[in-house]
Amino acid sequence: MTMQTVGRPTRPEDVQPLDAGFTSLTGGRGLLQDEALIFERDGWGKTGVDLPPVEGSADDLGDLVRTRPIGLPGLSEPEAMRHYVRLSQKNHAIDLALYPLGSCTMKHNPRLNEKMARLAGFADLHPMAPLATIQGALTLMDRLSHWLKTLTGMPAVALSPKAGAHGELCGLLAIRAAHEAKGDPRRRVLVPTSAHGTNPATAAFVGYSVTEIAQTDDGRVDLADLAAKLGPDVAAIMVTNPNTCGLFERDIIEIARLTHEAGAYFYCDGANFNAIVGRVRPGDLGVDAMHINLHKTFSTPHGGGGPGAGPVVLSEALAPFAPAPWVVHGPDGLTLVEETVEEAAQAFGRMSAFHGQMGMFVRAYAYMRSHGADGLRQVAEDAVLNANYIKARLSGVMTPAFPEGPCMHEALFDDSWLEGTGVTTLDFAKAMIDEGFHPMTMYFPLVVHGAMLIEPTETESKQELDRFCDALIALAEAAKAGDVDRFKGAPYLAPMRRLDETLAARKPRLTWKPEPGVAPAPLAAE
Amino acid sequence: MRYLPLTPDDRAQMLGVIGAATIDDLFADVPAAARKSEPFALQHHAGELEVERELSALAGLNRAAGAGPFFCGAGAYRHHVPATVDHIIQRSEFLTSYTPYQPEIAQGTLQVLFEFQTQVAALTGLDVANASMYDGSTACAEAVMMARRVTRRKRAVLSGGLHPHYAATTQTIAHAEGMDIVRQAVALDAEAAVIDAIDSETACVVVQTPNVFGTATDVTAIAEAAHAAGALLIVVTTEAVSYGLLKSPGEMGADIAVAEGQSIGNALNFGGPYIGLFTCREKLVRQMPGRLCGETVDAEGRRGFVLTLSTREQHIRRDKATSNICTNSGLCALAFTVHLSLLGETGLRQLAAINHAKAQRLAGALGAVTGVEVLTRRYFNEIAIRLPGDAARMVEALLEDGIVAGVPFSRLDPAAGLDDVLLCAATETTLDEDIDAFAQALSRRIGQ
Repeated sequence: MTMQTVGRPTRPEDVQPLDAGFTSLTGGRGLLQDEALIFERDGWGKTGVDLPPVEGSADDLGDLVRTRPIGLPGLSEPEAMRHYVRLSQKNHAIDLALYPLGSCTMKHNPRLNEKMARLAGFADLHPMAPLATIQGALTLMDRLSHWLKTLTGMPAVALSPKAGAHGELCGLLAIRAAHEAKGDPRRRVLVPTSAHGTNPATAAFVGYSVTEIAQTDDGRVDLADLAAKLGPDVAAIMVTNPNTCGLFERDIIEIARLTHEAGAYFYCDGANFNAIVGRVRPGDLGVDAMHINLHKTFSTPHGGGGPGAGPVVLSEALAPFAPAPWVVHGPDGLTLVEETVEEAAQAFGRMSAFHGQMGMFVRAYAYMRSHGADGLRQVAEDAVLNANYIKARLSGVMTPAFPEGPCMHEALFDDSWLEGTGVTTLDFAKAMIDEGFHPMTMYFPLVVHGAMLIEPTETESKQELDRFCDALIALAEAAKAGDVDRFKGAPYLAPMRRLDETLAARKPRLTWKPEPGVAPAPLAAE
Repeated sequence: MRYLPLTPDDRAQMLGVIGAATIDDLFADVPAAARKSEPFALQHHAGELEVERELSALAGLNRAAGAGPFFCGAGAYRHHVPATVDHIIQRSEFLTSYTPYQPEIAQGTLQVLFEFQTQVAALTGLDVANASMYDGSTACAEAVMMARRVTRRKRAVLSGGLHPHYAATTQTIAHAEGMDIVRQAVALDAEAAVIDAIDSETACVVVQTPNVFGTATDVTAIAEAAHAAGALLIVVTTEAVSYGLLKSPGEMGADIAVAEGQSIGNALNFGGPYIGLFTCREKLVRQMPGRLCGETVDAEGRRGFVLTLSTREQHIRRDKATSNICTNSGLCALAFTVHLSLLGETGLRQLAAINHAKAQRLAGALGAVTGVEVLTRRYFNEIAIRLPGDAARMVEALLEDGIVAGVPFSRLDPAAGLDDVLLCAATETTLDEDIDAFAQALSRRIGQ
């Protein structure tokens, strides 16, 4: 008598491997739908909104009126919902699993912060509304400023930069203005070879030439090389601390001293602030300007690539040059200095149209208040602990780039352990996808061959870290055992196989275009 | 602490695996002088309820735009956003994902960006759009610097109708790069005045339509003049819904069009996050700033999308990059695309027509008030009016009547000498009775 198994859980040994050539009849992949572009559906002329009739005419606009078709399809609400939810299912996300991108600080995004940012008093607030109607917003900006200044030990903060790179731009513009105010415009900015690409790009954007500083064998700024390259034409140095190798710059105070002695300013890239928040104040290290990525340390969601927010803290020397606008306490409550006149005579200008990323300020402030000074300190400690735990567990099979001493919030490996296997860092990363993890940051920093930079953040449990380490150890052993196909063809189980990036760049197709001769009706009229 | 999963036992075990005695050992590289042994002088952690109370109280000190008659525009517009939009952008897979550098597990974000780029190109009537910039003002500054790269000239002429904050942002950023920025005198209806300022050194002229005073302009003649001198025409728009009614920048000869896209899919948010739209002609694409999404195939030949032409970008080219930008306004772009997909061409055109009709009604009602002059002759959904006194003071007075009357021009540009000019916008969210209440209160206040 055979056991009735219908409806019972399937045991692994019962699972028959599918024929490798199996394809569904429709090209679908189970519940993962193949989803056409909105332009390829029959949506011309359709709409998913119900609007009242128009009471008026556009005759007063004459020839200014758009008469040709625009070329926009529409979707009913159920179609739109299904289309975008289906697309969402093709994304990895921090809510699904560890997202160990080094230098990106992919931590949990608390939903309380989303709820707070959607309060009508914040979300439905106009940037140019009368001051009497925005006192709560200005108070929030004031409190956020207080927290950022206290956590960094810096006297001033410019809130308006809209992302980390925008913050770098703000910091360098302040530095440039400070030098110009002294009648000593300088031309050069020093940047370590391990820096984020935004650092040299920003310096060039501001009109500076870039000189690279060498790195020591233990992954830090080479002090002798720095001293040799500092000179009367150097406006600033840009140093990330903890640096992009995941290491604290032990000589940071000396770096600052040498820099100031040469009449230059110290710009610190604050991308890795998560490692030291609540424990170390950049102001105590001699920093003159540092941006804070609210979307990293303070957990505002990355949103598939933005929006971010990059407030910049400034030293006494640079504070007078901060861009408009900023909040000040006045006799009738809080007010905004919006124009570069009188009290803002030295301000270097304006970073953007309004006051910065208010939606991110609300989220970041809710995050700070939730953690408090005690919780933020714990954030740094757990982030560093998790990274060191990964480094310790993986060091048996992979090669840490800097084995001596602790790392900070991220663990950096090189690819020397893959030598002779035929597997590259890229292959290894793509194989991680098949095991259910997002790859780490690869080939960055540039100073480490085949770099793999792993940043777990503090919001991972030990169980998830172990699951991750077990998977990587198993993969590393497979690579060393010569199971090359597993890597070269990876990913096999993702929504898509490896994509041809070369083809995309060689023949750029950046917008959808109707097939020749089969243009949909609204476009055919053109 | 509710966001931290490690237990004290976990921490002890992990330190054991690492071979460290205490957590302080892991911070050994921090100079002793900079180590803080105690938490900083800030409040300690708080539960959800407590945080929610504090933030709700702060939100309560603000007056939301929807709380009563409201007429502010000047680069940020209150529109209705369908509930579907907010639901989609709160999907974990969109909200909590990173830049789609691993395309095999980011096709959701990438296909959205491809749809977004196609929609934005269609709206502006140009060939290619990038995956978005921080906002309209920074997109404007980037466009000017792109014109420099394309033409290898250093001079840019900004019209007197360009939003003063856009002009200031462009001056700040482009000046730093060594450009010579010529800003024309503030003018309500003189975009074409840039023609006289074009010379053989001019990289670009920047005009805005509808401009900061609401004036819509056919810029075709400006395009011809710019092209004749080898310069580019950059057209700025701060109200993206206007694309549904007005001729597109591309149709009028623009080489680059930039816009603030907040109006579609995004809340006012007190000025940010917003979304900069950036489009240009195909031949200029390799000088474009920012991320681009492109079509390709995977190893099985199936269509997919990737970030492409990244050799323009900072993470590859470093100090030779076209821009230092390292993000786009991803989630705002998603909101934009979902909203625009719901609207479709039919909905967008109708929405734009409703906005225009509301502004007609507003102009009629305010123009009928004795002492008020409607200055803007060709407008989309925003007008400038002249008051018989200081506009900022009138805004304060009308606030006592429960009306947020608009943005005094002096707040955008105190030096322009236009203290009696008020900018007033109307959208589909504006009620006819709000307009009537505004006109009546204004009449009463002027009569006092």
